[in-house]
Amino acid sequence: MSWLLFLEQSLNGLQFGLMLFLLAAGLTLVFGIMDLINLAHGSLYMVGAYLAATLTRATGSFLLALPLSIAATAILGMLLEVAVLRHLYRRDHLSQVLATFALILIANETTRAIWGVQSLSLNVPQALSGSVQVLPGVAYPAYRLLIIGVGAAVAALLYVLVAHTRVGMLVRAGASNREMATAMGTNIGWLFTAVFGAGAALCALAGALLGPLLAVQPGMGENILILAFVVVVIGGIGSIRGALVGAVLVGLADTFGRAFIPLALKHVLSTSLADAAGPSLAAISIYLIMVVVLFWKPQGLFPARG
Amino acid sequence: MAALLRRHAWPLAALALAVVFPVVARSFGQDFYVGFASRILIMALFASSLNLLVGVGGMVSLGHAAFYGAGAYVVGIASVEWPAGLGAQALAVWPLAMAASGALALAIGAISLRTRGVYFIMITLAFAQMIYYVFVSLKAYGGDDGLSLAKRSALPGLDLGSDAAFYYTVLAIFAAVLVALSRLGASRFGAALRGIKDNEARMESLGFPTYRFKLAAFTIGGALAGLSGALMANQNAFVSPNMMHWEQSGVALVMVILGGLGRLWGGFAGAALYLALEELLSGVTGHWQIVLGAILLLVVFFAPRGIAGLFPGKP
Repeated sequence: MSWLLFLEQSLNGLQFGLMLFLLAAGLTLVFGIMDLINLAHGSLYMVGAYLAATLTRATGSFLLALPLSIAATAILGMLLEVAVLRHLYRRDHLSQVLATFALILIANETTRAIWGVQSLSLNVPQALSGSVQVLPGVAYPAYRLLIIGVGAAVAALLYVLVAHTRVGMLVRAGASNREMATAMGTNIGWLFTAVFGAGAALCALAGALLGPLLAVQPGMGENILILAFVVVVIGGIGSIRGALVGAVLVGLADTFGRAFIPLALKHVLSTSLADAAGPSLAAISIYLIMVVVLFWKPQGLFPARG
Repeated sequence: MAALLRRHAWPLAALALAVVFPVVARSFGQDFYVGFASRILIMALFASSLNLLVGVGGMVSLGHAAFYGAGAYVVGIASVEWPAGLGAQALAVWPLAMAASGALALAIGAISLRTRGVYFIMITLAFAQMIYYVFVSLKAYGGDDGLSLAKRSALPGLDLGSDAAFYYTVLAIFAAVLVALSRLGASRFGAALRGIKDNEARMESLGFPTYRFKLAAFTIGGALAGLSGALMANQNAFVSPNMMHWEQSGVALVMVILGGLGRLWGGFAGAALYLALEELLSGVTGHWQIVLGAILLLVVFFAPRGIAGLFPGKP
């Protein structure tokens, strides 16, 4: 059983890691380029999940709801940038924390007012509800496989966009040295708004894809937000490559921790104690990775600032 | 005497108001507000301890709730383990809570203070979340569900079970801490901390051991947060891992910014305003958090130095 379990958990970890990457990619760019600590990034993920669930119900098609919810969340993100966040770029980190904390309160409560406190259910599309033989005799849920595929495709697309296009060059310039990029004439308001909109779209994609696997409920953004911040810090603020490596690392650590730590603990502890301590130790392992990385590489694994 | 009165007119007036408050509340039949006032004072103590770190020392911690929660759990665990003996005695347990939280802060600060800026924010957050998960997994002490206290800690000569007696105890502690923080701010240590906040490299080249100064402030702040946690455990007769969740650290940070960074009364003003708004708005609408969020946004854009910034006085 052990290597089959290992393979399954690896795929689960990869899947979770790629979804974390979707969140962390936007967060690291906003953090790196605009120097903005955006605690409300998780709220956009929540909005994306809610819109996907509602639109799926309204249109009867998840495939139709997906692009609609992404577009709507991207527009909302850009509106947010123009209305509120733009005015925070030059403020200290504390003001940013306060203002975006306020946005979290507003977003969660508005969600509660519109959709209620009960969690919404979003079902896996019928066509993808089965399993796929990934290896002879090894079945894996088709929907999770699709998530891995989409996540990997988006990561590749982002890489090409950031590393090989003119817009990407501006983004990289902004992340590595904002003042210098500004002085060279790249401080164009639309770049910031566009980056923010793209980040919001990635959040919505992650929210919509994870919706059928997790509960869609108010406050769902906060737990994953903290993990996304951990990913950003591990990878290096402003680095897309770092975000990808960090996200997969955290995704695997979390999944393996949850699966294998209780098994290992059962050799030394009683079953009930091991089951209780296992998930906590898995969660702790993620923060431990971050502390260790920061201790040895205070700027993260792939520092964007040269 | 007259000069002393004039110099400290406002704090003394505030103290007098706080002393008569329970009597007034009782005469109007509003006993509920005595407990509410205790909660304000306890959160004010918690926020003030964070203000020492953030406002005076420039150390933006997003993990301060770890020390608050640890102090609360010392009270909870002591009341479970030694219910008849010292575990029920405030004079034993409350100092123990301070010592435990202070020791925790010393250990976490020793590692975290090697980083700066955003990385410091994140590493304090990481440590606090680790401790949060440790207590979630401690099934012996309630785990996720938390731990109920049978009764409040005992103080010789006082019945802390009465809300008024507990309120006066909290008030005395908060007043003493505020005086101590005021002395600390005026001391050489406080001046050095403000110097480090302004320009650490300059203080270092002047020969100040900046790391040790910051670690000392971090430890004092942690111990005071532990005391506030111990008091809150008594107020609610309940402790849970949620007390150390990062959102609790966020709320404390919001209170400090709301009240006034680095201002002696900032923690109190912020805690009082935040809790009063929560109480007031939740009576008007179930969706009070929307209004609270809007007010916080207005503060960021129109009162960036908090409420204390609206009053004259040196930061």
